Parts: sequence; structure tokens; C-alpha cells
Amino acid sequence: MAFPIEDRQGFAVIALSGEVDLNKSPDARKVILACLKKQKHVMVDLSAVEYIDSSGVASLVEGFQYARSNNLEFGLIGVSDAAMNVLRLARLDKVFLIYDSLDDRLANGS
Amino acid sequence: MQTQAQTQTDMQPVIEVEELVTYYGRQKILDRVSLNVEDGEIMVIMGGSGSGKSTLLRYMLGLHHPDSGCIRLFGKDTSTLGGREWTELRKKIGVSFQGGALFNSMTVGENVCMPLREHTRLDENTIRIMSRMKLEVVNMAGYEHLMPAQLSGGMIKRAALARALVMDPKLLFFDEPSAGLDPVVAADLDKLILRIRDAMQVAIVVVTHELESAFKIADRITVLDRGNILMTGSVDEIRNSDNQRIRNLLTRTSEDVPVDAEQYLQRLTEGAD
Amino acid sequence: MAAEHAATGFRRLSEQVGRKFVSGVEDFGYGAALLGESLFWIFFGYWFRQRVRLQAVFAEMMSIGVQAIPVLAVLAFANGAMMAMQGIYTLREFGAESQIISGIATSVTREFGVLIAGIVVAGRSGSAIAARIGTMQMAQEIDALRVMGIAPVRYLVAPVLVAMLVMMPVLTLLADGMALLGGGMLSVMELHISMETYFDRVLASLVPGDIWQGLLKSLVFAVLIALVATSNGFNASGGAEGLGRATTRSVVLCIGAIVVADMIFTFFLIQ
Repeated sequence: MAFPIEDRQGFAVIALSGEVDLNKSPDARKVILACLKKQKHVMVDLSAVEYIDSSGVASLVEGFQYARSNNLEFGLIGVSDAAMNVLRLARLDKVFLIYDSLDDRLANGS
Repeated sequence: MQTQAQTQTDMQPVIEVEELVTYYGRQKILDRVSLNVEDGEIMVIMGGSGSGKSTLLRYMLGLHHPDSGCIRLFGKDTSTLGGREWTELRKKIGVSFQGGALFNSMTVGENVCMPLREHTRLDENTIRIMSRMKLEVVNMAGYEHLMPAQLSGGMIKRAALARALVMDPKLLFFDEPSAGLDPVVAADLDKLILRIRDAMQVAIVVVTHELESAFKIADRITVLDRGNILMTGSVDEIRNSDNQRIRNLLTRTSEDVPVDAEQYLQRLTEGAD
Repeated sequence: MAAEHAATGFRRLSEQVGRKFVSGVEDFGYGAALLGESLFWIFFGYWFRQRVRLQAVFAEMMSIGVQAIPVLAVLAFANGAMMAMQGIYTLREFGAESQIISGIATSVTREFGVLIAGIVVAGRSGSAIAARIGTMQMAQEIDALRVMGIAPVRYLVAPVLVAMLVMMPVLTLLADGMALLGGGMLSVMELHISMETYFDRVLASLVPGDIWQGLLKSLVFAVLIALVATSNGFNASGGAEGLGRATTRSVVLCIGAIVVADMIFTFFLIQ
């Protein structure tokens, strides 16, 4: 798999990296949906993402929607400024559950 | 915060126009026009009707071939590009035409999806989410099932903008964003353009004759007059310019065209050639 | 003075003729270029990631072919009946009215079936296609296609061409059948024979070549109508009035082109 998955404290942490664009977002989508289909809670780590375009964000939206309809948790951690700008443009920053890190999520609960 | 375009072109201007000369029939429309557009800036090309600004836009879009001079997009000389390279280049370019140019036989949603359907192999679900996201950006959520004929002028412009943005372009052209709109809608559109520049790190070229809008959104302005560039500069530089033609344009005074009696008489009696 | 007038008049006339001729050659070249580019996209579009969409082809086949069936059926039937009427009255003078059946059979399959189909399609689709592309041209939709990296010819012309090439032979066969049926109705009434005998005689007087001749022509008509209609659409300009002009011009040129092509074809095939 192009993106590493780590199991940490009940979450599958998926680390996206590099440029998540039209070429790479189908992979990201596959990884995210595969984890959710195994009934795992998912945190997507965006800290190593240099650039994410709307196809990448669309994959996150799909994951979020799937998680919600299956009573799973889906959150974003380590969202960089660049990624945040893209989310903000479509006002998705108000929709996703966004945390600084996994520890932040564990400390504050959902 | 390095974007794809920057790594590829490395601080190169997104658009370089060099000494562009164009004719319409035997009439010279653009005379040695040179212009650079940098990554991430909003360049407003301003001029009255007949200044050649629409012509310049069409040449930058690659709809015509220059009679002389050269246009480089992302560092590539457009006159030497093959068909496939052009197609690749065009995936990085979004255009919002003056009248919107939405496909009238398709719904708004299908219009926005179209570039994705034609150029990518993304999952249909992803395509739909992407197009709805772009409709959200332009405040057109919920209108995707309408046909273009059912939309108002402002909505058409916003839908066209959503379509132009759907491939996440690195270069966006906007032809007369505020033409034909009431001031409030036009102001909204200006704000939207600024938001898009900040969030998407995209170079934006706006062609307009509206001063107010130009001053509000521009990082730099190029003033075209009768096929010549009068000046390129920041908003303040243009405002404080002492060039008489620019002053006239700013104060909206029409210019007295000097009368050459000899030529005038010839025009009246023999017609212009 | 008068001679001078006549001279300038002649000069103007020859200038006009020359200009018309040049623009005619230009139109012809434009049409040929459209054909070449369409064929390119149809056969090689896949490699350029610009496939001609089957969906678009089917949509065109519906509007060009299927929706033309009612009109075409009525026209072909009436035409067959009229041919039988005229033929029977003319041949009766020679006492050879029963020869009319083989006359109808060959002229319908070789000539009139395909011509009626061609004229119906030219009238319906020749105008509709020119109007649609012309409207798109004026609303900058064609420019929008190009700047999106979608070749307008691939998107707008190739599907029309394919649909025409598929539907014209089908419509031709339909027109053949309906015209023969129309001729049959009249023959049954006037010649006092049964429908069965009529069709037996029709089949006896036909050779496969007659049908092929009609089908071959239908393919040529298909290409002509597709190219004339689309090129008139692309070259439309000047607002609503210009659109009307382009549409009219398209229909007139489509019909003109197929009739002239038909004549040339018949001249060579009948040798």
C-alpha cells in the first residue's frame, strides 16, 4: 500500500503524504474505505501532506460519510495550513472532526 | 507550502507574453504586447471596449495562433505544443467565459462534472462529491439539477466558475466577472475571487472594464489601450499614474481624438481601407 | 459610357463568381478537414484519451434515425403510391401497365428510397444539427470545450458522423419497404392482382445489386449531411439572424449535395 496504516489505541491511523492529487487520491480513497469496512475507527494524518486537491478532499468526505452511517469515528489530525485552506474554501473545516494529534483526540474525547 | 506548479516551474512566471502582435484581417489588434503573470497573483487586464483585451485573452487561451511573438504557459511555448501536450496543459487551466458558456443541454451539475468525466478516471462517487464541493464554494449548492436556462446572470457566472475550478487549476481566467450584474452580486463575486486565490494558490487573470472591481481584487493591473499596453503596475501605481490616457480612463473622461483634416476627408470620401 | 458600364458590371459579376467559387472551394476543404479529423478521433481517439462516446452516438442515432421513422414512412409510402399511379396511367396507353411493377421495384430500391430517406434526414437533422452547433458557437460553448481540452470535432461531429453512417442505410431499407408497399396498394387496386403476386414479381425483378446501389448511396449521403450540417453550425455567426441563415443554408446545401451526388452516382453506376 502506498499509505502506511498504524493501529494505535483503537484507531487505525492512516498517514497520507506528498501530493494527494488526481493521481494519488484513488489510492487514498481505497485505503480509507478498506479500513472503515473492517469496522475500525479512523484518524487520517495529514501532517506529511504537501498538497491536497479537491479529489483528495472528496475521498476524505466519502470516508467521513461512510463512518457516520456505520457509527464509526473518522477524524483528521495534523492538518497543515495548505490543507486547511482547501477545507476552509468549501467550509468543510466546520464539518470534519479535526484534532492537532491523536493524543489531542484521546485527551479531549469525542 | 510548495505547490505542484511551483516545483515544476520553479518560480517561473505562469504566463509570459512576449511581443505579441495580432491582426484581424489587415487591422492590427495587438501591437507588441508583453506581459508576465506570476504564480498566485491576480492580474487584472483592464481596458475599454476595442482596447484588445478580449483578443489578448483569446490568444492566451490558445484559441488563436499569434502572428508574431510568443506566449508561454507554465514555461512552455504554446506555438510548439502538440495536441496531447496542449490537452495536458489545459487540465491545469480553468476558464470562466463572459456569458458563462455553460452547456445548455446539460444540468448545472453535469456541466461542473464534465471536465472530470472527460479527463480523469475517478470513481463516479468522488466526481459527484468534488463537483458539489465546488458548487458549495461558489454558493450554488442545491442548484445542480437545474438547467442553465433556469439560472439568473449571477448564478450562471458562479456555476461557470465552479466548472472552471473543478480540476483544481493552477491558472484561472475570468472574462468580465462583473459585467451585467448588479453591484451587490458583483461585489460578492469579487470576494469569491479573492478567497479562491488565497485557498487554492492559483494565478488568476481577470479581464474587465470595471474600475471598481479591478482595484478591489488586483495584485497588479495591466492597462490596455488600442492594442498597446499603457502600463503594468500595482493598484497604487496605476492610481497615481500621471499618464494622461490612464487618468482619462480612471476619471471616465472620453478622449478627444485629434483630427487630421487630410485623413478625415479621405475617410469620408473613400472609406477606410 | 454604356460600354464602360457594361465592363464594370461584367467585372463585378466575374468578381462575384470568383469569390463564390473560392468560398465554395474553402467550404469543401473545411468539410474535408472535418471528415479527416472525425475519422481520426473515431479510430485513434482512444490513444489520446479522447474517445468518441457511445452514449453520444446513441443519442444522435435516436434523434437522426428513430425519430425520423414516422415522417419517413408516410412520405415513402405516398411516394411509392404516386409512382404506381403515374406509371400505370402512362403505361396503360401502351397496354404495358403490368410492367410497372418491375419499374417500381428497381427505381425505388436504386433511387427513390434512398433519396427520400436522404431528404427527410437532411430536412430534420441538417437543420437541427446546424442550429445546435451554431448556438454553441455563439454562446462560446465551443471555445469552452476547446479550453477544457475536449476537441470539439471529437465531441460534436464524430458522434453525428457515426450515427448517420449507421442510421442512413437502416432508414433507406425502411423507405424501400414502405415505398414498395405504397406501390403495391395501388397495383392491387388498379391491376387487380393480389399483394402476394405483386411482391413475388417485385422480388423476381430485383437483383441484389439494386439494393446495394441504394445502400452505397445512403452511406455517401450520410457523410455529406453530417459534414454540411456541422460545418454550417461551426461557421455560424451574427446572432439570431445569423443562426437562422446558417440553418437554412445547411438544409438547402444538404439537399443540394445529396441530389448532385445522387446524379453523379447514378451516371456511373448505370453504365
